[in-house]
Amino acid sequence: MVADASLFQIFMDGVFIKNFLIIQFLGLCSFVGVTKDTKSAAGMSGAVIFVMTLAATVSFLIYNFVLVPLKLEFLDLISFIVVIAALVQLVEFVVRKNVPSLYRSLGIYLPLITTNCAVLGVVLLNVLNEYSFIQSVVFGASAGLGYALVMLMMSGIRERTTLVNVPSSMRGLPHAFLIATMLSMAFVNYFGVIPL
Amino acid sequence: MDPLSEFIRGITKDNPIFGLVLGLCPTLAVTTSIDNAIGMSAGTAFVLICSNLMVSGLRKQIPAAVRLPIFILIIATFVSIVKMVMEAYFPSMFAALGVFIPLIVVNCIIIGRAEAYANKNNMFYSLIDALGSSAGFLLVLVLIGGIRELLGTGGIAIFGTQLLSIPINPITFMILSPGAFLTIGILMAIVNHIRAKKLARGG
Repeated sequence: MVADASLFQIFMDGVFIKNFLIIQFLGLCSFVGVTKDTKSAAGMSGAVIFVMTLAATVSFLIYNFVLVPLKLEFLDLISFIVVIAALVQLVEFVVRKNVPSLYRSLGIYLPLITTNCAVLGVVLLNVLNEYSFIQSVVFGASAGLGYALVMLMMSGIRERTTLVNVPSSMRGLPHAFLIATMLSMAFVNYFGVIPL
Repeated sequence: MDPLSEFIRGITKDNPIFGLVLGLCPTLAVTTSIDNAIGMSAGTAFVLICSNLMVSGLRKQIPAAVRLPIFILIIATFVSIVKMVMEAYFPSMFAALGVFIPLIVVNCIIIGRAEAYANKNNMFYSLIDALGSSAGFLLVLVLIGGIRELLGTGGIAIFGTQLLSIPINPITFMILSPGAFLTIGILMAIVNHIRAKKLARGG
């Protein structure tokens, strides 16, 4: 991937072609943990879109205007982790104070995001691909959207299959992984459909 | 509590992948070949052993209220070391594992062991626990990587030496992402089946 990729291409990459959950395998803990019902999947997705976009924005600024001028690039990992943790805490304070109804629905999912590898993954991929500021923000937002898309599809399918009579050793996680196999097969086809 | 059973526990009952279901992202993402599986497990093992030792050594000094941020900083330091060493000495491995080396930092296995074990036990047992969990992680990664490499490319090669080849048409599906989900789904079902049988026999 080169630095002059068009914004549309980055958007399609984030949502479909390099979908974080089922192509790149980032953030799988929440993928199997929080998709038992659509409501919590939607809450988690909302929180992730929000934090991912913010983290992409803030970490770009920190990396390019603090770490690079001071030649401290080797500290990138430590500073990104701290930035994400601080950001999640900050978002929690602001949302709780100003939008209490949103806080009640996102509540428990916000702290979980700190250790969600999808958020750190976006930040690291932005640095790796040498995206510009606008590209970083677009990639962050579209990766969040792709995450939400798959979370909602997965939770919808799992809700509808709760009463299906599967063999007892397949119940739970194995069943979820086989559903993910089929979802992933559908997404692999985007490699060919959208020419790059 | 004897050291050997603590070590075995990390492979069987508390196996990071099949027992505790932690650290799924690297398990699925890097297991396209055995080489990658070994590289990833080695990096994770180094970080796990060092962080367990350090957390255990400092457990009396770390205030309980801020222990998680401190654990994360300790882990991030060791991950940075792994990242730099691998980039310098194993550039092809680093390119293949890509973003998953820095992502060891948010691997739930490491912070899980720090919080659940190293924070409460002395350095010797923490070392044994880290070795056991690393061995369990390595075995599962090599197993999944082996299955996917064998079916996806029609043979197994470890660091350039061809070990095994079977006369089949390579199923590219297995080294793409759906193959990872399929393999781990079926393996987990087998583990569940064995566990249920054991339970039925015991009770």
